[in-house]
Amino acid sequence: MTAHKTQHAQVLVVGAGPAGMAAATAAANAGAHVTVLDDNPDAGGQIWRGGVPASGDQRDSARDRAFRAFRASTASLQTGRRVIDAPRPRTLRAFSEATGTIETFTWEQLILATGARERLLPFPGWTLPGVFGAGGLQALVKGGFSVAGKRIVVAGSGPLLLAVAAHLQQYGAKVVSVAEQAGLRALIPFAATLCSHPGKVWQGARYRVALRNVGYRTGCWPVAAQGTDKLTAVRLTNGERIWTEPCDLLACGFHLVPNTELPALLGCSLVHNPSGDCVAVDATQRTSLENVYCAGEPTGIAGLDAALLQGRIAGLAAANRPDDAKALFKQRDREQAFGKALDRAFALRSDLRSLARPETIVCRCEDVPYSRLQSQPSWTEAKLQTRCGMGPCQGRICGPAVQTLFGWRNISIRPPLFPVPLSALVSEATLESAGDLSGERPGRDTPPAS
Amino acid sequence: MRDGLPADRLISVPTITVWVNGTPVQVPDGAMASAAFLAAGVPCRRSVTGEPRTALCGMGICFECRAIVDGVHQRRTCQVPCREGMRLETQP
Repeated sequence: MTAHKTQHAQVLVVGAGPAGMAAATAAANAGAHVTVLDDNPDAGGQIWRGGVPASGDQRDSARDRAFRAFRASTASLQTGRRVIDAPRPRTLRAFSEATGTIETFTWEQLILATGARERLLPFPGWTLPGVFGAGGLQALVKGGFSVAGKRIVVAGSGPLLLAVAAHLQQYGAKVVSVAEQAGLRALIPFAATLCSHPGKVWQGARYRVALRNVGYRTGCWPVAAQGTDKLTAVRLTNGERIWTEPCDLLACGFHLVPNTELPALLGCSLVHNPSGDCVAVDATQRTSLENVYCAGEPTGIAGLDAALLQGRIAGLAAANRPDDAKALFKQRDREQAFGKALDRAFALRSDLRSLARPETIVCRCEDVPYSRLQSQPSWTEAKLQTRCGMGPCQGRICGPAVQTLFGWRNISIRPPLFPVPLSALVSEATLESAGDLSGERPGRDTPPAS
Repeated sequence: MRDGLPADRLISVPTITVWVNGTPVQVPDGAMASAAFLAAGVPCRRSVTGEPRTALCGMGICFECRAIVDGVHQRRTCQVPCREGMRLETQP
């Protein structure tokens, strides 16, 4: 049966965003046999997500270069695959939604480039249709959702907000306001850091020109989304007064959190950080596990340039080119310093912890309201008592939220990392046991995976 | 005026037709199924307490955009490219 194929890669890369593409390209060009897995329909990750173009699209030379080099390399890309578990040493299994099957991949060197997601925080009305993540709305627009003529409030935190607002305008939206929760006092030292990164100043300046008629407010955040069946307005505050901004859509995200689920499942050591745990790596991007590397945002949010360098270093190190990798350390360290400045500038204000009302839903999969979580001592207890974090997203959205609200950390990562239909597990279990019986037909009493 | 390009200045891409809860919806070729739900103004799913939900993260993480695609439940529509004639339904 074709469902049960095992593929072997000398270097297996998980994630085809900028870090994964850079890692795969470097390792393949150094002569390694490289396979890249990604959950999305195409390479590029979120920042380089393709899709439906707009006429104002700027040519992105870094993106073009990376795609050309990646496609010219011998690395083989397999999209539409989400990694679900690691049943044996040096083995990962991935689920393909399109075919409904589980595939097995064995590796000699593994590079984890699993990226980051937005931190989404609960406030009254945040589950209304019309409320999106900030990067979320950008991705959906690239995915063909037309925002032409729509009035949009962009809110939350982080450098992504300006990029998203500029992008939405380019697609014909009317961005009515950009609300950054960080105060001006926190942002000024960050602006000074930018002077040592001229490329980023230029990028920022381009956004400001694109958004010159849009109010960019610092020290300003959303307190409620209003509407009955869908969003009609957002309530914003600067801590002194509250006002209503009528709009059709709200794009709201509070900076990024690393995707550490797969590294944690494999047993990689994490660095505990109040803004979210990161994967611990050495100078060559190697994790605490031998032959397992990590590159990009999972090692700490530091942006595109850091991710590309970390990816190249990991790829070269995995392909046994330590000297070539070493040549990039200095440049990489400089970019990582930018990440530290980001963390300081966009640290979350404590006011955001008190936005949820008792009835505000915190876990969107299981509809668990804030009032049911308040009395819980830990996330483990909250999971048992309320099912918070037990739904299909497995705490990827409510996890960072409850960490911000209550200081809870998720300490148990269990396979499968994503929900897998029973039918796929059953057919996989049947085939596995057929293999164990060395050629005998699977018995009818083969127990399905539970 | 350069900012806020009007819709007619957008690059025109060919459209395809998909069916959202039995109603035809035109989407640009290359659109994701989530875009069809948003264009139709129809929720992807009902939450466990019955709230209407649409796509949130746009990148396959949050599972809010789960819906029925060509009869298959639980598909994350933000990761499913539309195809001509595709049948999309709100997941109860």
